[in-house]
Amino acid sequence: MLDTNLTHIETAEQFQEEIAKNGKVMVCCGRMGPMCIPVYGVMEQIESKYPDVAFRDMLFDSPVAMQTIRALPEVRHFQGLPFTVYFRDGKVVAATSSIQSKAQVTAILDRELA
Amino acid sequence: MDREFDAIVLGGGPAGLTAGIYLARARVRTLIVDTGTVGGQMVLSYAIANYPGAPDVTGRDLSRAMRRQAESFGCTVLPLADVTALELDGPVKAVEVADEGRFTARAVILAPGGVPRKLGIPSEAAFEGLGISYCATCDGDFFTGKDIVVIGGGNSALEEAVALTKYASSVTIVHEFDHFQAQPWAVAEAEHNPKIRFLMAQEVREFVGDGSLAEVVVASKHDGAITRIPASGAFLFIGYVPNTRFLEGVVDLTPRGEIVTDDALRTNLPGVLAAGDARAKRYRQITTAVADGTVAALETVAFLNAPPAA
Repeated sequence: MLDTNLTHIETAEQFQEEIAKNGKVMVCCGRMGPMCIPVYGVMEQIESKYPDVAFRDMLFDSPVAMQTIRALPEVRHFQGLPFTVYFRDGKVVAATSSIQSKAQVTAILDRELA
Repeated sequence: MDREFDAIVLGGGPAGLTAGIYLARARVRTLIVDTGTVGGQMVLSYAIANYPGAPDVTGRDLSRAMRRQAESFGCTVLPLADVTALELDGPVKAVEVADEGRFTARAVILAPGGVPRKLGIPSEAAFEGLGISYCATCDGDFFTGKDIVVIGGGNSALEEAVALTKYASSVTIVHEFDHFQAQPWAVAEAEHNPKIRFLMAQEVREFVGDGSLAEVVVASKHDGAITRIPASGAFLFIGYVPNTRFLEGVVDLTPRGEIVTDDALRTNLPGVLAAGDARAKRYRQITTAVADGTVAALETVAFLNAPPAA
């Protein structure tokens, strides 16, 4: 279980539902490690500033991660936690590997999910 | 949120949080502004083995405990702040933060800490998260059964190289000098590991790959001979640099960018003090940062309580 204030995605069904019902979704797939915690912190802080974006997290070692985020072609070269994927209307519009700053996250949100 | 404080602490690592605890305990209205995640470099450590009284605490837990302690005494903490302007030279100091506005105080403690040093070559950024990593514990298992490179020659580099042999089939340590800065015990442990080999006095020239890292290209500092090391991963542990670029031209810095202070941790500006890893000093540990934060806070209290100059 991830110890964050974000909504956790814990099943493949929930993932599909989140992607289907929310036009704009940011999913951070990681662990409670040094590279992941700052990204969760950014998401928690900016969640209220982007009310039309659903901010979600997912445990990297969970079955749902294997079935969804880690199975995406966009992350096949990724070798750094966390895997962060941005969806718009069900499609992947951006994906990043490893730690990201607030400026990097908001730049993607403003560019891809505005 | 209040706009006027007695003291503003720039930086929420162990130095800044300790300063906040001491200031708030002294009834000094205190704002801690951090441009990143509260905890600073502590957050980047899974396990902290040498913080007295808290054996095996995680960096995250220690950070949270310090923050909770500071807030319990009345400290306001503003994380992930984008500081857009600083005015430190007058009697009233001002800090402007994007989306938050302008905050003022009579005293400021600079505790911005350090940031991991990077090689600064163009291909480094291109492969971050695609083979280049700064955290062995986080990303080591991506390289199970693969050949990797560890860059650096200090304790962190050698310790992490040994730890990474748990996953990797081979680890090549690349170091810029022909001797290590690490302690002898760390060097010995690496030398005795059959999966580790050493390439000394090398300059990293380039990271190469198609989508993900495939090779690390290094050049001998003796004769310039190029070696291409096949590697799926490269872990960089080449130290830290002070996070003081935003202070250039604001307070006195050493040529290495460290904040110059006196024994009471005062900078060249009245009412502006400095604490922690960004300060010019020899040893940088969580404990020394905590000590700095204490001294800077007590000195700030004295400054705030001093009668105005006649």
